[in-house]
Amino acid sequence: MTSMPMLDVRDLRVEFPGRHGSVTALDGVSLTIAAGEILGVVGESGAGKSMTGLAVQGLLEPPGHIAGGEVWLDGRRIDTLSEREMQHVRGREIGAIFQDPLTSLNPLFSVGRQLIETIRLHLPLGRAEARQRAIALLAEVGIPGPEERVDHYPHQFSGGMRQRVVIALALAARPKLIIADEPTTALDVSIQAQITSLLRKLCKEHGTAVMLVTHDMGVIAETADRVAVMYAGRLVEIGPVADVIARPSHPYTRGLMGSIPTLGARVPRLQQIDGSMPRLDAIPKGCAFNPRCPHVMPRCQTERPELRPSGSGLSACWLNTQAQERAA
Amino acid sequence: MTTPALTVTHLTRLFNVSAPWLNRVIERKPMAFLRAVDDISFTVPSGGCLSLVGESGCGKSTVARLVTGLYQPTSGQMQFAKGKDGKPLAAQMIFQDPYASLNPRWRVFDIIAEPLRELKLRDTEAEIAERVGELLTTVGLVPRDGRKFPHEFSGGQRQRISIARALATEPEFLVCDEPTSALDVSVQAQILNLMRKLQDEMGLTYLFISHDMSVVRHMSDQIAVMYLGRIVEQAETEVLFADPKHPYTQLLLDTIPNVADPRRDRVPQSGEVPSPMNPPSGCTFHPRCPQADARCAAERPEMQAYGDGSRVACHRVAEAMAALAVPTVGNSTGQRLSA
Repeated sequence: MTSMPMLDVRDLRVEFPGRHGSVTALDGVSLTIAAGEILGVVGESGAGKSMTGLAVQGLLEPPGHIAGGEVWLDGRRIDTLSEREMQHVRGREIGAIFQDPLTSLNPLFSVGRQLIETIRLHLPLGRAEARQRAIALLAEVGIPGPEERVDHYPHQFSGGMRQRVVIALALAARPKLIIADEPTTALDVSIQAQITSLLRKLCKEHGTAVMLVTHDMGVIAETADRVAVMYAGRLVEIGPVADVIARPSHPYTRGLMGSIPTLGARVPRLQQIDGSMPRLDAIPKGCAFNPRCPHVMPRCQTERPELRPSGSGLSACWLNTQAQERAA
Repeated sequence: MTTPALTVTHLTRLFNVSAPWLNRVIERKPMAFLRAVDDISFTVPSGGCLSLVGESGCGKSTVARLVTGLYQPTSGQMQFAKGKDGKPLAAQMIFQDPYASLNPRWRVFDIIAEPLRELKLRDTEAEIAERVGELLTTVGLVPRDGRKFPHEFSGGQRQRISIARALATEPEFLVCDEPTSALDVSVQAQILNLMRKLQDEMGLTYLFISHDMSVVRHMSDQIAVMYLGRIVEQAETEVLFADPKHPYTQLLLDTIPNVADPRRDRVPQSGEVPSPMNPPSGCTFHPRCPQADARCAAERPEMQAYGDGSRVACHRVAEAMAALAVPTVGNSTGQRLSA
């Protein structure tokens, strides 16, 4: 890893004020992504993984707002920028890929027109040059016959091809960071493999930092370099992907890994985590996972664990602290 | 598992996707039909689980709707075995999206009680209340939950309510159309475990529809792989995973991200599912198939049975087996074929 990370999120806190007091959607999230690195962010629905992506891009729906912490992109603090300044950061420095390629493209304009608009907004190019660049981008993301396809409309592309167009749009201004929110969830498995390998290739070639938000551990395992596991708006574990999958340190990560049916040995019964994720307005005291945790201790119900080194990564669990204290 | 609970033979369903009448007359366009399900045959073993897998648009959900009678078949037969009471097995369906399949204006009690009231399975309200409470307990909720509305439940709990509703009529056959694809993995594990438990306790037969090969492997005894409205390979679960024969099955198994053994450097096969509006000639998989030749483009392969109990529709597999002098058990035209 280089000395300075491309994206540095420090102790990020996002709140949604409501009638019955404010709800904390993200609580103390700290993570970094280096240039050319793919960080996977996993968690179940409502864990705050998409929220993290939105907060970094400054796209939180009001009344949601960043209530604490800092976001640094390539050495510049971006969470304090005005909406006008942020508009230049989005697209130019941060590219976004969303889940549904059909809703992120405008059905009324050809993909070429959408690409050219984005390119000219961010780069000082003429119409003809921008068109050439749009064609080159389509070729780069693996769309056959880009000279013809550039004038086609979104509905003339298949789901996988549309997602490639969305990736081309995200790449248009050569951003430093790409936030990909469930980029393959709407696609079939055989297409999913094509898109994830394309993401990996582009990330390595251009040295772009990628935040890959998904609920699919399989996609993370095959795409990401490091993985951050989220639960109830908090980071519970972060570390190199192979270690987190093979030796998960937090009981939640362990439960999550156990509940995935594998292609290897067949088990009569899947391991399950009983209960469900707490609502954001009723997060338990102490460790948010304590009511579902098989190893819960009295300390878990009162004190919140901090992220601490565990193996090759970080984990927020009193069990690890206890083991370390015992060893010391 | 000798008697099949459901026998489907040469089932076909066309959808009329023609332009409106006036356009057809003025623009001289012919009628257009989409072959959603194209001459498929399979059996579901009694007390077992057959899974249909395939990518979107392959016709697996149409089969589910045909089996439950929500669509009428264009041609072909479906034969349910006789159940405990001598009548054909009763089939019920669990739908994919637990947010869309429950009426948001009804209390959970009424949702589950509706099949009981509609089919007059219980005489008095007291008996209905007792049965609904029993069903809620079976799926891991409490009778008190009947007073709530669907929006008060999480996705996994709603899918439990759907299962309770499906079980209300005491069916012996359940069609599950992607029951867990809208759920998170930890909740998916809860629902899959519940379904396995119910199968053991009640002797249910499942027709399971999914696009997720790892879920299918966990649940099923037999797997049928569909591609563009046809079954291309059917085999026992372990046989299919150990020795996938059809190139499409191989492609499917090859592209699933594997958590336990990730292959990060793989080169994915290109190509996409063609439009079912004008499917390719011959074997519909031939434009994507690495082993395709002129015969594949011209001639549609028939299903052939092989020694390990699998049935495969592929010219290459048939030729390879014939070359190996493996006698086929008999192909669908009834001829014996040996080298």
